[in-house]
Amino acid sequence: TQSTWGGRGEQPHFVSLSLTMSTPILYSYYISSCSFRVRIALNFKKIKYQYRTVDLRSGENYKDDFKKINPLQQVPVLQIDGHTLTNSWSILEYLEETQSGLPLLPKEPEKRALVRSITDAIVSGIQPLQNVIVQKYIAVNFGAEHASPWTQHWIHLGFSKLEILLNNVARDYCVGDELSIADLCLVPQVYNAMKRFDVSIDKYPTIERLYNKLREIPEFIEAHPDNQPDTPK
Amino acid sequence: MSKNKPILYSYYRSSCSYRVRIALHIKEVQYEYRAVNMLKDGGEHYKEEYGELNPMKQLPLFIDHNGEPISQSLAIIEYIDETYRQPIKLLPEDTHQRAIVRQIAEVIGSGIQPIQNLKVLRHVVKITENPEMKDEWAKFWIEEGFVALEKILERHAGTYCVGNSLTIADCFLVPQVYNATRYSVDLDKYPRIQRLNNSLCEIQAFKEAHPSQQPDVPKEIK
Repeated sequence: TQSTWGGRGEQPHFVSLSLTMSTPILYSYYISSCSFRVRIALNFKKIKYQYRTVDLRSGENYKDDFKKINPLQQVPVLQIDGHTLTNSWSILEYLEETQSGLPLLPKEPEKRALVRSITDAIVSGIQPLQNVIVQKYIAVNFGAEHASPWTQHWIHLGFSKLEILLNNVARDYCVGDELSIADLCLVPQVYNAMKRFDVSIDKYPTIERLYNKLREIPEFIEAHPDNQPDTPK
Repeated sequence: MSKNKPILYSYYRSSCSYRVRIALHIKEVQYEYRAVNMLKDGGEHYKEEYGELNPMKQLPLFIDHNGEPISQSLAIIEYIDETYRQPIKLLPEDTHQRAIVRQIAEVIGSGIQPIQNLKVLRHVVKITENPEMKDEWAKFWIEEGFVALEKILERHAGTYCVGNSLTIADCFLVPQVYNATRYSVDLDKYPRIQRLNNSLCEIQAFKEAHPSQQPDVPKEIK
């Protein structure tokens, strides 16, 4: 659609509409590791998106407005191509299948399986057990003193197993020499572990090496919790 | 490289193993079943012998026709779907539908099962010193997840979880319902899950994959 306006001032309604319809929207919280994964992927796929904060700390995800967007009341949610997508790994696979930009899965089936194994080890093996709702349940039902040891237990268990696996297969990246969704899931998990749960990764040298290298990459930096519109000052 | 018969390391009632068994039976893949007893001697999956095959020390583990080990059920099933394209594919052609299938797999595979699996239950009993907490905990998290799943199925289910073809989502649903019944979850509260589970369990591949049909099922359960 040709625009007949120029410069500042009110934009014609139809131009605003077309921008709104074509620009993907990401519902995210700055420190949510699942949101962080998707932000990294959007950067590698060179997708410009609108960032909409869902303040998990104040329970904004439980409000009716957000429930209409995602009945599961979780972030991230990505609205793209006319669809509303939820659950970060599913979103990563969708982006991989539909968007150009750097490939995030290898072509060979066995390597793809390895990338997905590592991804699963993080996405189902570690993160769910440190989820806020799980922590809350523990604090309420078992006592607040159990919450922190609980998360540390599962993170350390998950990292110790992951370390063995990565030690066998990682080179510059989690799987050999190609960046993949495994790397996109590793960095947020490690950041979370260190920042929120006081977990040290010095017992996991491969994880530490990969983390330190990956977090220097611009697409990871732009997606970092410290650099989001809702990052606390 | 010689083509070998694939191997599945499995425990009869491990729901993650059950998912993979369903996929293998749908694809009519002949495989060798190697039983790993998760209860005996503290768990055979924790022994060094198994740990060398799978450092994650979990089930299932799939050894493909090239002898390559693949762990984690969703990774295994995606591999199986990519490698064995007959008789049906387990992901739709449409990319949005594929995302819904994976969403369901994630809601079950990350949102429910990891929080109620055996090692977590054992840990809950240990820290609370209350053996009854195991059932209460498992039931709670399954029900939380089923509430979410009903909402997704309301929008997307047809004959099966997503539309009218079998998908990975169905491979994930049935084992989770099997777990749910073990922990006294009232399925009447989740009518779509119940209906889908009932239809799916009638399908031959699902019957063949059922825990009661596995070589390592204890005699008293058969």
